[in-house]
Parts: sequence; C-alpha cells; structure tokens
Amino acid sequence: MNTTTLMFLIFAVLAVIFSVLTITTQRIIRAATYLLAVLLCTAGIYFTMDYAFLGAVQILVYAGGIVVLYVFSIFLTSQTNKDEEDDSLRSKIVSVGAVVAGVALCSFIVLTHKFTNTILIDSTQYDISVERVGQLLLSPEYGGMLLPFELISVLLLACIITGVIIARKH
Amino acid sequence: MIHIEYLMVLSLIMLFIGIFGFLTQRSTLAMLISIELMLNAADLNFVAFNRIIYDNNQEGYFFTLFSIAITAAETAIAIAIIINLYRTLRKIDVKHLSELKW
Repeated sequence: MNTTTLMFLIFAVLAVIFSVLTITTQRIIRAATYLLAVLLCTAGIYFTMDYAFLGAVQILVYAGGIVVLYVFSIFLTSQTNKDEEDDSLRSKIVSVGAVVAGVALCSFIVLTHKFTNTILIDSTQYDISVERVGQLLLSPEYGGMLLPFELISVLLLACIITGVIIARKH
Repeated sequence: MIHIEYLMVLSLIMLFIGIFGFLTQRSTLAMLISIELMLNAADLNFVAFNRIIYDNNQEGYFFTLFSIAITAAETAIAIAIIINLYRTLRKIDVKHLSELKW
C-alpha cells in the first residue's frame, strides 16, 4: 500500500463519516460545518487523483463560496428549536426502506459489473494543465466545450437577475 | 492502487446518505445541504469515469467543473427563496409551506 492509496482511503472514510454527521446532527450550523468537511475531503480525493485544478476549484467555489452562503443564510433565518414532528416515524421507516433498497440495487450493479479498465490511481501522471483546460473550454472542435461554457455564462446571468428579482422588496 | 469500484462505492454511500437526509429532514436549509451531498457524489462519479473512459477528451472533468458552477447558481437562488420565505412566514420548515401565494 503506497502513500496515495493510504491518503485516498483516509479521505474516503472521513467523507463518509462527515456525511453521516451532516444529516444526523440536530443543529443546522453544525450540519453546514460537517458539509464543509465533506467537500474538503472530496477535494482531497481529487488531489490524490492528480486533478489539481479541479480540487482547487472545489475548494474555491464550494468551500469558499457555497458554505459561506449557507452560514450566512442560517444566521439570517434564526432557528426556532424544532418541535418534534408528528409523522416522523412513518416517514423515517419509508425512507430507510427506500434507501436500503436503492443501496442494495446499486451496489449489486456496481460490484457485479466487470469493468474492463479498473485501475483508477496508479503511478502514472494524469494531470491536465490549466492551459489545456482553457484551450478545451474555448474550442469548438470535437472534445471542446465551447457550447456548455456559453450556456453556463447565460445561466449565471439568469441567476443574477433572478436573485435580484427575488430579493427585491415589494 | 485504487480501483474504480472503491470510488463508486464511496459515491454510492454519499448519494444515499444525501437521499436519506432529503427525505427525513424538515428544514428547507437542511434539505438543501442534503442536495449538496448528492451533487458531490455525482461529481465524484463523473471524475472517476473520466479517468476510465475518456483518455484524451476529458468530458467528465469538464462536466464536474460545470456541475460545480450550476450548484453555485442553484444554491444562490434557493437561499434567496428561503430568505424570502422567512421574511413572509417567519418559518422555514417545509410543513408550513402549504400555500404558494396569497
């Protein structure tokens, strides 16, 4: 077992633990903090897979932007202590059933399927340079991502306008 | 050496934790956090399959980049709506959201 494998396993186990904590904790501010830990562990997995730019984007946008937005809104909507819900047991049973069935089905498919090329991380270098990322984002040829890139910019513009309209005082 | 099954099992567990949280939580902000977990799991799968299938073109890599951007947009809009709800209703629990507009 080399260092990369060890790092991957550590990050994976931490991600699972913090995911469980995210949805089981009662205080929503703690849920946001655990979510931050999950996202950082995911960025660590990207780094072990040699996708350094992707890991950096994950930390910048997710951990730096989205989680801060969550903390902001949690403080703005001051939490009333939750009154224990009435139909919680029935909905919990149904949810547990659905999740167990889904996990069983999906893990059956994943574990019985024979992948032809299964080595994900070995000693080879896979990293994509930032220069290549930029070239592919603006290239209209096969494998280029010009159209989705433009669509994303339109989407972000629409998001800005919608945010202004929703937040406006009536 | 890491095999792709490890990463797929990790993302499977994370996805279903997110689904479970989404089904059981009652606060809209907590549901949004569960959605983040699900999207994160999908991103992991994109990257893993990018490594396996696309050696030259990096489609999965770019889809993860775009997915992160879309998540940021979605979160911003959803939080704007939730804050608006809090302004009118003083509550953000889903069981109080039976009326859309009045």
